Amino acid sequence: MTAADPAPDPGPVARLDEVTVTYGRQAALRGVTAEFAAGAVGLLGPNGAGKSTLLKALLGFVRPDAGTLRALGFDVARQPLAVRARIGYMPESDAHIPGLNAVSFVAYCGQLAGLPRAPAVQRAHEVLQYVGLGEERYRLVDTYSTGMKQRIKLAQALVHDPDLLCLDEPTNGMDPRGRDEMLALVRDLAYRKDVNVIVSSHLLPDVEATCEHVLVMHQGSLVAAGPIAELKGPGRRAFELRIKGDAIRFAEELREAGADCHDDGTGVLRVLVGENRGARDLFALAATRGVQVRHLRPSVPTLEDVFAQAIGETDA
Amino acid sequence: MGIHDQSYRRYVGPRTEPGAAWSVIAWSGIRALLARRIFLVVLLFAWSQFVVRAVLLYLSANFPSMELIAPSVQTFRDFFDQQSFFVFVVTVYAGAGLIANDRRANALQIYLAKPLTRAEYVAGKAGVLVAFLLLVTWVPAMLLLVLQAMFAGNLTFVRENLFLLPAMTVFAMLEVLAASFAMLALSSLSTSARFAGMLYAGAILFTTAIFQTVRGVTGSSAASWISLSANLAQVGDVIFGVAPRHDTPWGISLLIVVGLIGASLAVLGWRVRGVEVVT
Repeated sequence: MTAADPAPDPGPVARLDEVTVTYGRQAALRGVTAEFAAGAVGLLGPNGAGKSTLLKALLGFVRPDAGTLRALGFDVARQPLAVRARIGYMPESDAHIPGLNAVSFVAYCGQLAGLPRAPAVQRAHEVLQYVGLGEERYRLVDTYSTGMKQRIKLAQALVHDPDLLCLDEPTNGMDPRGRDEMLALVRDLAYRKDVNVIVSSHLLPDVEATCEHVLVMHQGSLVAAGPIAELKGPGRRAFELRIKGDAIRFAEELREAGADCHDDGTGVLRVLVGENRGARDLFALAATRGVQVRHLRPSVPTLEDVFAQAIGETDA
Repeated sequence: MGIHDQSYRRYVGPRTEPGAAWSVIAWSGIRALLARRIFLVVLLFAWSQFVVRAVLLYLSANFPSMELIAPSVQTFRDFFDQQSFFVFVVTVYAGAGLIANDRRANALQIYLAKPLTRAEYVAGKAGVLVAFLLLVTWVPAMLLLVLQAMFAGNLTFVRENLFLLPAMTVFAMLEVLAASFAMLALSSLSTSARFAGMLYAGAILFTTAIFQTVRGVTGSSAASWISLSANLAQVGDVIFGVAPRHDTPWGISLLIVVGLIGASLAVLGWRVRGVEVVT
């Protein structure tokens, strides 16, 4: 292979094929087929979309009623231990092993994951330093604040050096500074340390700040997937629009005219149009419909637009 | 000179094969309990009977006038009988929080996200309890047998009662496994160690109280199957080859003890999961 050859495609780190998971009569995942690309992938969706269930199915915590899951080349149903040996999982809820200080807890997790005792203790010190708990590593985990507990959950997921890190709502309960630091850690792991990361979150900025790819879930189904840049629509233009009159009706008319449009919840319409259309077209349409434009500001397409469009299409 | 990188490093060292995590869990639990002074005091008291019986063995072996206290099969049966109080205390103290505390701190999803099975997790937790219960039953009983031979200066007693070795082992294992799995099952049902301990104590004391009441009214011990400890005592008598103390057929008592272990394992299989599903 020469330097000019393209790097080999590492392939998906996880793949779901027609996976259905039900809790009693409630379907948490409905025939989901998806691939998680190498690198950082965001798993986006409102609460109850099935994100956590998907991660738990990847870990083998829940057995799918139908379909198959593969992670890092292993069949999750047949080789769950091989999968879990290579995955680090940071659960959404507060979780720790009681009665241990941070070093003992993280080292213990390392040993459970197959590291001999001495390297596990050494790694525990290193990852605690890395996640910013170096000064507090001899304190009982039970006494940690919410933000510190988020960090130690990341440390226990990292201690055995996983190839795939599954982070379920990693910034839950963190203050703004802590949140920024957590997102910086995730970015560092994904882009500098070659750890594949799945970030499950309902917070769009978190995913946008850390991931290149995204899977959008809604009501147990996959409604959009791909590189974030592509999903935003290259060349598309966005506008924020406020009108005097019936905004819901005008939004429908915009959609009929070929624009993507959604209300941001404050009475402002976000309108996405193709690259060869612009503000003049919006003014023209408003004039023909007798609608008065009170505010029009150019914007850029965001992940929120992708999300709103995907969710909106499903609901429609 | 390069500056030491305190950032995240990939791990290239050795890893153990899956299957050994239960021993990590067991050792961690054992170390945690041994670090508690109160528990060490309990263990010390649990060995007090051993010390007394060792002295009696010495006296009977060295003073012909002490023939009245010469060891017999019944001596060892009685030893286990009297140790059952410490089995109860150690089970409640060491076992009540083993799973309940993990459930309270949501630790099960931490454990089960690692390369270990639910069976390994239960085995690790059971290992903690089994180790300490054997330490207060089987280990001192075996040591007493060894001391008897040493004090007597011959193996006559051991040779004549060779069946004591398997009898003590089988009974100790039955008693220890029944107590361990019953306690773990109750611990898995709650997020409070105190509540789990009270459940276990209640189950043991309440069933015994009912049995004793029925016995007082009817004058017969045919209802001993009601009491968990009476069932163990009945099976123990048969294993040691002494006259059974109750009127319940020993087969029924054995069935109940084995059934208790089976039911406890079923509860553990149901409760020990990485995700709690509420439907």
